[in-house]
Amino acid sequence: MSDSNNQTITIDGREIPFTAGQTIMDAALEADIYIPHLCHRPGLKPHGSCKLCTVDVDGRSASSCTLPATAGQQISSNTTDLNEVRKTITQMLFVEGNHFCPSCEKTGDCTLQAVAYHLDMLDGHFPQFYPRREVDASHASIIIDRDRCILCALCVRASREVDGKNVFDIAGRGSAAKLIVNAPSGKLVDTDIDRDDLAAHICPVGAIMIKEHGYEVPIGRRTFDLHSVAEPGVEPVILRKGKHTDE
Amino acid sequence: MKPHHGLNTHTNLISNENSDHLYNNHLLHRLHDIQQQLHHIPKQSITDLAEELKLPVSQIEAAIDFYAFFHRSARGRFDIMFSNCTSCGDMTMMQYLCDQLSVMPGETRADGAVSISDASCIGMCDQGPALLINGRTITQLSNQRLDLIAEYIQDSTPLEQWPVEWFEVHDNVRKNGLLLSAPFEPGSGLLAAIKQGAESMLASIDDSGLRGRGGAGFSTGMKWKFCREAVGDAHYVVCNADEGEPGTFKDRILLTSHAHSVFEGMTICGYLIGAQKGYLYLRAEYRYMLPVLQAVLTNRQESNLLGTKILAQQDFNFDIEIIIGAGAYICGEESSLIESMEQKRGVPRVRPPFPVTCGYLGQPTVVNNVETLAAAAHIAVHGSDWFNAHGSDKSAGSKILSISGDCLNPGAYEYAFGVSIQQILDDCGAEDVQAIQVSGPSGTLIGPDEFERKLGFEDLATGGSFMIFGKDCDLLKVIQNFAHFFAHESCGFCTPCRVGTTLLRNGLDKICKGCGTQYDVDEMRRMAALVKRRSHCGLGQTAPNPILDALERFPELFNAKLVHSDYEPHFDLDAALEEARQLTKRDDAEAHL
Repeated sequence: MSDSNNQTITIDGREIPFTAGQTIMDAALEADIYIPHLCHRPGLKPHGSCKLCTVDVDGRSASSCTLPATAGQQISSNTTDLNEVRKTITQMLFVEGNHFCPSCEKTGDCTLQAVAYHLDMLDGHFPQFYPRREVDASHASIIIDRDRCILCALCVRASREVDGKNVFDIAGRGSAAKLIVNAPSGKLVDTDIDRDDLAAHICPVGAIMIKEHGYEVPIGRRTFDLHSVAEPGVEPVILRKGKHTDE
Repeated sequence: MKPHHGLNTHTNLISNENSDHLYNNHLLHRLHDIQQQLHHIPKQSITDLAEELKLPVSQIEAAIDFYAFFHRSARGRFDIMFSNCTSCGDMTMMQYLCDQLSVMPGETRADGAVSISDASCIGMCDQGPALLINGRTITQLSNQRLDLIAEYIQDSTPLEQWPVEWFEVHDNVRKNGLLLSAPFEPGSGLLAAIKQGAESMLASIDDSGLRGRGGAGFSTGMKWKFCREAVGDAHYVVCNADEGEPGTFKDRILLTSHAHSVFEGMTICGYLIGAQKGYLYLRAEYRYMLPVLQAVLTNRQESNLLGTKILAQQDFNFDIEIIIGAGAYICGEESSLIESMEQKRGVPRVRPPFPVTCGYLGQPTVVNNVETLAAAAHIAVHGSDWFNAHGSDKSAGSKILSISGDCLNPGAYEYAFGVSIQQILDDCGAEDVQAIQVSGPSGTLIGPDEFERKLGFEDLATGGSFMIFGKDCDLLKVIQNFAHFFAHESCGFCTPCRVGTTLLRNGLDKICKGCGTQYDVDEMRRMAALVKRRSHCGLGQTAPNPILDALERFPELFNAKLVHSDYEPHFDLDAALEEARQLTKRDDAEAHL
């Protein structure tokens, strides 16, 4: 084994260092290389489900958020082919749910929308699924609009790993998979979630929203109206409890 | 005890399984029992069970909605599931029985007497059409038999009073090979392992060239070695008996008539890797085998082949428990199977780490196919040379095939690897063959110009399914059936498979309906490539195979169905106006396009 300070991987021809235990995504983020992602947030256990961070490692397809970096890996990421794959996956996420950006409070702060902008996605391309999904407005200060859920499980992990609770889970299977809450009634009001929990703020789309705080930042001046999702440091939610970029 | 061969018959009436100590308190078992009693799983039961098993309510709810055999709303007192497999299913028969009993497919009759729906392949492809009724299998269906079934249901005759022969499942072994013909004396493999010593026996398994029989073909010796070397608080052996690939039923035979060799393979593995606990994960469709399997386990405990100080070895303790699934093809994937064992949804884990270092409960775990373990037990007795004298260069030994579809003699056939497809077709009496699905829908679709190809990891790898389609078969319908299968069985974890299998299914439906264009074919090809290359696990990575193979080998199937225009919508514009016409009570010419 070589000196651990000396280990590198190569992403799109650029050699970057990594430390033992880091994934390709970890190393890329540290080197300010943007690999599109939705289900990943530094600090939470990697999930590897959205597949937007798909890269080719020595010719084999892999999720950069879950694959450990190992010395000498040759990684393709920002290529025409892979960005086309990512655009298609983003379109698949759009048509699978009910995403009406112009009427969504999250517009401009939505990572799904931002990734779509980044990948030059101009339409959903595929026929819409128009699923029927339930809204849960039972909680006094948090609302779940499942129409927009992309099943990234960030809320599931944030609740377990940071909030020390277990408020959310993904139930069912296939295209009927859905976000549920951990209460006999199935209603958010009957869980122990707090408005300040990370799980209430981490949603990358508009599926879990804080009530009574709509449109405080005008459309046109929101995060992704002003920045590209690829810019280093624009992760819309930072891993600090009870802090939201809107606040 | 001598193993049985040939046309063995087993009746699948289940008796009072709950009283048996071998039937453990696993979440899936408890949910099954609740449903047997109440015909569904009500909210209150979930809350009670959560408290009793100390599990989150959400985990139980998530599981109920994941496994196809659990229901949230009441099913009939007779709950029927017809296999929808191309080999052991017949959807026209399902409709026939629905008509007889005045019930809609998928629904429960208002009086609560009966519900009828369909299920993925139930492993009876050599004796179909088949159905499950309250979890018990009825094979060899005919309209005549369905008429009688309808009568029994109308009269509320308890299943125990139905003709016993309806519930018979035959082994249908047509060709014995290395494993099926070799006699097996319980304990003989273990004695050999003890005598030879763990290190040396492990080397034998490795030298034999035995590779995983589930289809992936990983070296068994290597897997066991990795697991033995892995550090953990405990090691586990898991037998994957979640045989769910449509067209596969060979494990059914091994488990009914050769269970000793399977359990002995597990125990030998335990001895070699230092495990004290083994689990047999049995697919729900084979629940009827439980009494037979439990009897073998009890027999082995009484013979000191299981339990503590096995065969008088001071430090050799090993026991086996059975866990029964609940209808999820994905649980045949080893990490999903482990998740399911841990009472969760069967969603594949991120790999690495692999189960050999981080498996069941985070501990080093060997997961092997039923056939692999049976073969290992025989190798322990007869040695590695006995095994690899058969087969081909990279594929030692034999393979048990489940042959079904358009042939005279469907059943189990065991061949040494390297056998040609044509040889198999000759043996099972298949003529005028249009195509063969080798290794099931996740495998390879081939046409007559490839019948000289050979079975083996170096050419046509197979988990055992061998589905034959004769010249009169509507092959596009078969491909459509497979596309529906994968969309139904996708676990929903990753985007490419969750959304992609549904898009592929919809695309094929459009083409089969006669509304597809060249554009739709091109789109399907593009989506198939993405799902195959970018999915998280083997399910998604193989789900597009039937479509891709058919596009390559049978393009005329698609061309014949295409509308020759640039664009054709998914829906019929005029039909879409029907609701508006009904609301406005109009049906004149002006109300049509």
